[in-house]
Amino acid sequence: MTFQGPLLARVRGRAMLLVGSLAGLMVQSALASPVSDALPAIRQVDHEGQGNAAAARAWKVLAAADASALPEILAAMDGANPLAANWLRAAIDGIVSKASGRLPVDALVAFLAETRHDPRGRRLAFDLVQGADPARAEQLLDGMIEDPSVELRRDAVAKVIARAGVLQAEGKKDEALVAYQQAFAASRTVGQIQTLAAAIRELGGAVDLARHFGFLTRWQVAGPFDNTGKEGFAAVLPPEKFFDLKATYDGKEGKVSWQAIETTDEYGMVNLNITYPPPPPPADAKPAEGGSKEGIKEVLAYAATEFESPLAGPAEIRIGTGNAWKVWVNGQPVFGRDEYHRGTEIDQYRMPVVLKKGPNQILIKLCQDEQRKPWTTEWEFQLRLCDEVGTAILPADGVATQERSQ
Amino acid sequence: MPRLQSLVSSLTLALVLFPLGVSLVPVRGEDWLEFRGLGGASRVEQGSLPVELSAADVRWSTNLPGRGLSGVLVVGERAFVTTSDGPTQDRLHLICLSTATGEILWDRQVWATGRTMCHSKTSVAAPTPCSDGTRVYAIFSSNDLVCFDLDGNLQWLRGITYDYPNVSNSLGMASSLLVTGGTVIVPVENDSESYSLGLDSATGANRWRLDRPKGANWTSPVVLAPGLVALQSKSGIDAIRVSDGSTVWQYAEGADTVSSSALADGVLYIPSSGITALTLDPADPAKEPKQAWRNNQLSPSTASCAVAGNAIYCINGAGVLTAGDRADGKRRWQLRLQGPYSGTPVTDGRHLWAVNEAGLVQVVELGEEEGKVVATLDLGDEILCSPAAASGALYVRSNTKIHKIGK
Repeated sequence: MTFQGPLLARVRGRAMLLVGSLAGLMVQSALASPVSDALPAIRQVDHEGQGNAAAARAWKVLAAADASALPEILAAMDGANPLAANWLRAAIDGIVSKASGRLPVDALVAFLAETRHDPRGRRLAFDLVQGADPARAEQLLDGMIEDPSVELRRDAVAKVIARAGVLQAEGKKDEALVAYQQAFAASRTVGQIQTLAAAIRELGGAVDLARHFGFLTRWQVAGPFDNTGKEGFAAVLPPEKFFDLKATYDGKEGKVSWQAIETTDEYGMVNLNITYPPPPPPADAKPAEGGSKEGIKEVLAYAATEFESPLAGPAEIRIGTGNAWKVWVNGQPVFGRDEYHRGTEIDQYRMPVVLKKGPNQILIKLCQDEQRKPWTTEWEFQLRLCDEVGTAILPADGVATQERSQ
Repeated sequence: MPRLQSLVSSLTLALVLFPLGVSLVPVRGEDWLEFRGLGGASRVEQGSLPVELSAADVRWSTNLPGRGLSGVLVVGERAFVTTSDGPTQDRLHLICLSTATGEILWDRQVWATGRTMCHSKTSVAAPTPCSDGTRVYAIFSSNDLVCFDLDGNLQWLRGITYDYPNVSNSLGMASSLLVTGGTVIVPVENDSESYSLGLDSATGANRWRLDRPKGANWTSPVVLAPGLVALQSKSGIDAIRVSDGSTVWQYAEGADTVSSSALADGVLYIPSSGITALTLDPADPAKEPKQAWRNNQLSPSTASCAVAGNAIYCINGAGVLTAGDRADGKRRWQLRLQGPYSGTPVTDGRHLWAVNEAGLVQVVELGEEEGKVVATLDLGDEILCSPAAASGALYVRSNTKIHKIGK
């Protein structure tokens, strides 16, 4: 099995969209405007500098264009790979810098209204409108609380939060709570969600963060296995070869088998130090270097769950962990990374996957290294399923559980 | 290196390397074209920077769109700096300013294609860009790399993490770029997929890609000689021929992964067991160098050492400046400065300009027996970058501003 890069997979996943967009550009180029002619060269850039020389020539044409070309250049971001989008992005900077504020605001607003366009292009169109006509941009945000652009949605939600804050300051707690709850339901930005959760709770409301994010909380775990010298990361151990919840394996310290766990952490953090606590130290043991030892070291474990997907189609697995890890979906490797204790955050790693309707098996391997510093004891992960915007994909039956496969 | 020699070699480099079709602006000796200046020695011509400092010496301060701690480049009458902004710091800017007025001449943006997560003290705009006098090359912690000409025309771009998905560091990447021999040196070394690349400076295409030691590495390369660079890692130093990426010699006794080496007058000062000095063969720097000395009393921390005159100057984690004799490495004197420091000081051999994290510029008079703070200037701004120095002025930047101090 080989691991596929998440961005590469994302590009492949958009292949059909790209073909369609290129066809559209070919039709446009029949009109023979210099901008239309230049766009295909930009869109053909790819990995390791492919197409850069031709793109540089085309870029000069785009950057020299009149501001009226902005909607067409923005539209060329639809289905473009991230590198091509950046060539287009920089060309727009060039156009705008010499436009002296004379931008086709109506055309940009019309572009923005079409949510089929690439979220990056739409956000950029909004920024251009905002620069030219701030009041109009502010007004546009009122209709964007469910926008497919995470950033536009974030700004729209921020307006609702501000309104709720005013209501709260005026003592209208019930109305403020409703506004906060509306904002919470719409928000897909981590910091904003956390702020909203605190505000709702302060007003006596309830929030379910794990559900809002779509964290998977029920797992079967097997371990600990040996990870001495970090060699377990690359080793292909039995749970990777054949998944069997009834199996027992040779672990690091003896036989190990699967056991069910459930995290109650509202951010879905699965702490394997709780499942596999270290043995109590001998009475005469010296303190560990730099602080107390709270976890076992040079080990790894597997966690598995079955997710009942309501639909077949594209999704994202998002993982946060400071440990080395690999993840598989339905037996297929998705990604892995052998980095230890450099920090963790929600949605640290985003990987496109395709779910089938019904049960989908998710397997994660989590490795712990040898370091003994206090900040190296963490052996934990959080994993969620969502769409590209970050909207949680909830299981068909409302619970992400391994129970049905037992 | 004497100024004239620097000027001649830079002019030669500029004339040889750049193809037709790109506006040819000769590199001037007083330009500041890479992290810590020529050779990473953080050295300026003697007497070129003001010793007496007052608030009036802050010629201009310009607000920046976004945050960062990368150093400033100066190419002729233009200064260049990178920033990042946006909710996830994924909007990456390369900004060109007038050195005369501080006016932003152009600002070009791209979106991050790699991960932007990093430690709160650092930034996505941590690595310092570099220039060969006609183009500016800028990389970010997301491993997005852009090349613009001096007028803001995009020449090429790369997404190194887009190409190699496990090139990243959750604490943030910070190694700076280098350009020599028509090759851009791109160190993207980390715990997982750890590489250094040599890219064609005209197109951004790979000339070579080296597997490098796995491990977080924030150090920056140094030009040893035209077409020859030193890559530093926890393993030591690898001298690499930029034309093909081949290793011509190795120093395998380990080196720091934060502070970087400096080259001055044919001697490479490596943060290894304190500081280890290697003398390059003047006839052929590609030959195995000889160890001149080693002194573990010289202990740089986040900041790297500066080299000028007959001394090397290192600031440790406690803010203590140590002067070491370049002849034998022996410690001459120590002086406690107001720290802490993230940025490497600048020196002309008679004075040293150190800017601490609180934005306090301290000018140290460098004697044979002692050092003495003779002037200070409080910028009132958090400064984590290494200062640039060009044409009689220092340039520093914060998360919000860029400042010019001096002429």
